[in-house]
Amino acid sequence: MSSTRATYDDIVVACPTTVPYVRYSIHGAHWFLAGALAELLHSAGLSKDRLDGLCVSSFTLAPDTAVGLTQHLGLTLRWLDHIPMGGACGIVALRRAARAVQSGDADAVACVAGDTNHTHSFRLNLATFSQFARDAVYPYGSGGANASFAFLTAYYMRTYGVTREDFGKICVAQRANALQFPHALMKKPLTLDAYLNARVIADPLRLFDCVMPCAGADAFLVLRRGAAETLGLPYARILATIERHNAFPDDPIQYRGGWALDRDELYAQAGVGPGDIDVLATYDDYPVISLMQIEDLGFCQKGDGADFIRRASLTADGSFPLNTSGGQLSAGQAGAAGGFLGLVEIVRQVTGRSLGAKVPGARLGLASGFGMINYDRGLCSGAAILAAGS
Amino acid sequence: MTRPLVRPARKNPILRTRLPTLPPGLRSRVALGLTAAAARGRFELQVCRDCATVQYPPREACCACLSRRLDWRIVDDGGELVSETTLRHSHELFFRERMPWRLGLVKLDCGPLAVAHLHGDCAPPPSRVRVRLHLDRAGQAALVALPDKDTLHMADDRQLREMTCDPKFRKVLVTDAKTPLGQALVEAVVAAGADLVWAGHAEPWKKPPGFERLASLAEVSLVPLDLTNSRAVTVLAGEIGGRVDILINTADYHRNFGIAARDGVETARAEMDINYFGLLRLAQEFAPAMRARGADGQSSAVAWVNVLSIFALSNFPPHGTYSASKAAALSLAQCLRAELAPSGVRVINVFPGPIDDDWNQTLPPPKIAPARLAADIIAALRSGAEDVYPGDIAQDWLERWRDNPKALERELAALPHQ
Repeated sequence: MSSTRATYDDIVVACPTTVPYVRYSIHGAHWFLAGALAELLHSAGLSKDRLDGLCVSSFTLAPDTAVGLTQHLGLTLRWLDHIPMGGACGIVALRRAARAVQSGDADAVACVAGDTNHTHSFRLNLATFSQFARDAVYPYGSGGANASFAFLTAYYMRTYGVTREDFGKICVAQRANALQFPHALMKKPLTLDAYLNARVIADPLRLFDCVMPCAGADAFLVLRRGAAETLGLPYARILATIERHNAFPDDPIQYRGGWALDRDELYAQAGVGPGDIDVLATYDDYPVISLMQIEDLGFCQKGDGADFIRRASLTADGSFPLNTSGGQLSAGQAGAAGGFLGLVEIVRQVTGRSLGAKVPGARLGLASGFGMINYDRGLCSGAAILAAGS
Repeated sequence: MTRPLVRPARKNPILRTRLPTLPPGLRSRVALGLTAAAARGRFELQVCRDCATVQYPPREACCACLSRRLDWRIVDDGGELVSETTLRHSHELFFRERMPWRLGLVKLDCGPLAVAHLHGDCAPPPSRVRVRLHLDRAGQAALVALPDKDTLHMADDRQLREMTCDPKFRKVLVTDAKTPLGQALVEAVVAAGADLVWAGHAEPWKKPPGFERLASLAEVSLVPLDLTNSRAVTVLAGEIGGRVDILINTADYHRNFGIAARDGVETARAEMDINYFGLLRLAQEFAPAMRARGADGQSSAVAWVNVLSIFALSNFPPHGTYSASKAAALSLAQCLRAELAPSGVRVINVFPGPIDDDWNQTLPPPKIAPARLAADIIAALRSGAEDVYPGDIAQDWLERWRDNPKALERELAALPHQ
């Protein structure tokens, strides 16, 4: 056990923002990030001169970083961060921003994540994603993340008796949620039959196991509770957060993530248990990873995930509401914004401001992040428990 | 089990020949250590000099103790297949054109985890596999997981064949088929299942022993080829250049002595005319068509073999001008390799020690027998390597050269001149 983590006192999250996703765009990443920031400031009632902190995540901003964005968007800031952690960037941005505001280094930090998607940008990003990926993964079939997650999915099915139907249940429920979320790219219902019989991408993965890369951006604002109240903003309180990088490096294949190391501290800091959580947002680039998070975050034992979801109903109005905006599987994966999507949705649900399907009476939400297939596995994991404001 | 290849049907002349595409070839410099090992057909990974941890993927520092002293060493190639997938979708043309593609995740017995191309005969996980390093069509190292024990027709595996230059059902030109090596090679290539062997011969009036029998083999077709004659090379390329899948340049002009023992430059010029300019003439006339046929189906153009000499690495003064001509040929072969790279056609350089033939009569043994050298060349074509050092002398010199090239220079200078 490491030293006790300080609580987040009265640091809150507000202004969940989404720039509607599109499959392809001729615009640059700056266009989407600017759109998210403008929308966020508008909803906060802040002029951009009042913003003194910014945290950026993007895969397609190169050659710029967050620094270039300050001049591009005419921002003068006293706190700036750039978080290249993919699917964990939302949780990590929240952690960094919250401590910055808590310490007084900044009054209000806008956290934005987004990417463009040109017809070639996904392939180019895959080819040079990391040194290990370029040297030791991409030359092997060039399947991208599909190949890596096919290995994990096949292993999970073989080891824990998970079936295609189990994964299908997750995907079908998320599609039902997505149909109510106005920004979701997927607009057609998905049946289990269609899921099971979709074309094979990389055995055992089929089409609807894989996210659709797209362009878009998400954002949220971290500030003091008093400031949020002055501005009249609905907000969520931060009860606890964790992050971990390169957990369990000796596992021969990734069947668990950093959450398994850190969840006890997460729940202890929040003073709640898994059973108290009203709504869960997992990082869901593939359904196997959602299942892994359900287990590693303590909703059930390792290996019992399939049984758990067989007993649960996963839609927003169900017994275990999961990825209530449709998740990346049905809303789309807008690059780094995929690391924000779940967190932004949890803020909406616990503040009663859902844009789509509502989880009745949701007061406590858990958002989880997972990112960066540097070689054979995702290295970054994180989670945050948020509570209704008042 | 791999189904044996069947002889491809005659090519449909109205269909366009597919242009060569390549697997991704970009690598970090440190990862090129893997390519260096694959080029010699060795399974090497980085091993920490301080804590002995085996590393993969290639890296700059030890993941166990942070030491930066990582050495490329031969390591145990056994492993367990942990998971597998068969890709039906790829982001790159090369694989897209070759779907489906089987991949495995292998826990190596020596420690690391490896993503590898997975041979069709490997049993589903968990199962035992052997891992090899092959050069892929981009000329870069790739890990290939093979079944624990050899299986029937395993060389015919569709994915493996994309990483080898197997002569089976291919058409092969041996540029000089009259020398002992040339004859041994024609025989070996026929035995390896080649469709057709063009046996080049420069001087029709010369009938060395054994050549008549060779010429009578059904797969062998004699073609006149004198590498000193640009016109003759052009004419032959016009006739068969568009069909040659493997070119093996055995033409060699070999005389003894260095500088002081001989007057004038005529002998040295004759050596250069065959060993260097001969290669250049061949490359100018035959490489363009091969380059265009790098993806021409199951029996695409696939390899260009240069029989050089271990003397190309460091001059052997008793055969001084010959060594120089082979060094020139080596340098040109590197250029050819670079120019053929975009087509996926592999340039295999063979560096034998002294061959047991007339021109090495006065050299003491060990000398490599022509039939053994021919067998090593066939083995190289069937493997994923591109630099081959057949025989004990070649291995010994290579080791000395890699260890300390200056020391080898002095050692060779100190040998008695004969």
